[in-house]
Amino acid sequence: MNAAKKGDWVQIHQIVLKPEERAPQVPDDTKQVPLELWVKGYALTEANLGEQVEIETTTGRKVKGELVAVNPRYTHSFGEFVPELLKVDRQVKEILFGGEK
Amino acid sequence: MTRDNSYAAVTSRKNEIMKKAIGIDYSVFESGEIGFDYERMMREAGYTLEEIQTIQSEVSVGNTPIIELKNLTALARKMAPKGKGARIFIKDEACNPSGSFKARRAANAVYHAKKNGYKGVIAATSGNYGTAVASQAAMHGLKCIVVQECYDSKMIGQPEILEKQRACEALGAEVVQLTVGPELFYTFLLLLEETGYFNASLYTPFGIAGVETLGYELAMQFREKEGKDPDVVMITNAGGGNVTGTARGLIKAGAEHVKVVGASVDLSGLHMASDHAFNRKSFTTGHTGFGLPFATWPDRADVPRNAARPLRYLDRYVLVRQGEVFYMTEALAVLEGLERGPAGNTSLTAAFSLAQEMDEDQIIVVQETEYTGAGKHPMPQLSFAKQNGIDVRFGNPTEEIPGENIILPEHPSLIKIRDYDLNKAKHSYIRNSVANNKITEISKVDVEFLVKDTKSDEQFVMNALKELGINLK
Repeated sequence: MNAAKKGDWVQIHQIVLKPEERAPQVPDDTKQVPLELWVKGYALTEANLGEQVEIETTTGRKVKGELVAVNPRYTHSFGEFVPELLKVDRQVKEILFGGEK
Repeated sequence: MTRDNSYAAVTSRKNEIMKKAIGIDYSVFESGEIGFDYERMMREAGYTLEEIQTIQSEVSVGNTPIIELKNLTALARKMAPKGKGARIFIKDEACNPSGSFKARRAANAVYHAKKNGYKGVIAATSGNYGTAVASQAAMHGLKCIVVQECYDSKMIGQPEILEKQRACEALGAEVVQLTVGPELFYTFLLLLEETGYFNASLYTPFGIAGVETLGYELAMQFREKEGKDPDVVMITNAGGGNVTGTARGLIKAGAEHVKVVGASVDLSGLHMASDHAFNRKSFTTGHTGFGLPFATWPDRADVPRNAARPLRYLDRYVLVRQGEVFYMTEALAVLEGLERGPAGNTSLTAAFSLAQEMDEDQIIVVQETEYTGAGKHPMPQLSFAKQNGIDVRFGNPTEEIPGENIILPEHPSLIKIRDYDLNKAKHSYIRNSVANNKITEISKVDVEFLVKDTKSDEQFVMNALKELGINLK
């Protein structure tokens, strides 16, 4: 979806600190990049992806930011299959119950 | 009137914001230039064990089962010298409402917030504690915000943290996600100021006291089941609260002779605030990146005085490696039929090795488990590591270099704990106490505090101070 209607559940993005505003104790690689923030809520107006929009979060806070997703999905999963784990399974059973096949 | 919300201005308002958001005046417990009255703080700002038991039982937290891991014990005995191989037990903390022992800390914090009229709670955590606070807030009808360090600068998130985001949202919380960096604290302060919510810090006296029930329960369960206390309790150590609370609970049960051993995953060499290193680690908690800084300077936490002070209680501190923990997580699933999250199995991995040093009739208890699922499981965590260029292979765990490879042990006999010298940690702690308080000489009261805070004696502390050129006033 490229746009959100008023009342859609969306995710917005903000730059909290620009690279030059970062804390002094931050390591060099982190100082090269901004501190960014994402939060979800209901869009209070319609907006296209990439445009600024105000949202109301679950706790009722009003927050403005760049619209990055409408009905954002969860992307984590069980990942790619890791065959090494099968080897562990077989090995511990073999050591403990070896012979009883 | 508009407030100055620049980084410098907000950070300088820290004490004022915190006082409002926690409701504890920590200054009344201060006793010297370094020390404070720890026990008085725990007594007056916290709750009694009985009160906590009531608070937690009202929300179905605690009283988790103890399970004897007979097959893992048998496996350990195959590797151990004759007559060695203690019985290994696990306390199945995943049975708590939010799936980890953190429910105990959150139960107290959220109860306290509700009692004191706060409308909501905020927690800064990427761990199970966020889910725990969200769960408790749901039960008490409070609003909840969880602030997570979640992504690197390419918006790639640790699968384990993404799962915790989902879980928090599933329980009705608002999740504020950030890229890597200690300035998370700045966002956290701004949110506390904006909402007036309670700071459900992990490190308040009531948060830590919430874990005391774990240690107490454990002692009682063993007396009932086995007629004796366990010999060793193995505790995953990150911020120090799990060690502190459990040990205090054991002491309250009169089980002070039980050896308290901390275990962390060795992530040495990886900078915790580095954008590049963030996704090159496979553990987001239970590791040395929290364990050592918090043990050697507890007051770095988000409260003025941290109630988690692990050096007061640890008898031994051991390290294990990422590959070893993934291996044991898999072994726990296929040999015991218990699928539990990897980070919580840090202490299990250490116990598997330590059991082999102990006699067969002795008992070692792993005092936690955590829930597992998409993202928070060896499969997604190892496949994420591979995607990030980490070499995952079988070999000798001693070859593991955090951030470069993950070595799954070629054989379980290669799983070996390594001792971290506690005296070294105690020396660092004393050095940090002197440096951070900018003292040039020390009072008798502060020496006594350091003795207690390092579980050592006067001679040890005086020697350490002498090396730093600090004399008695």
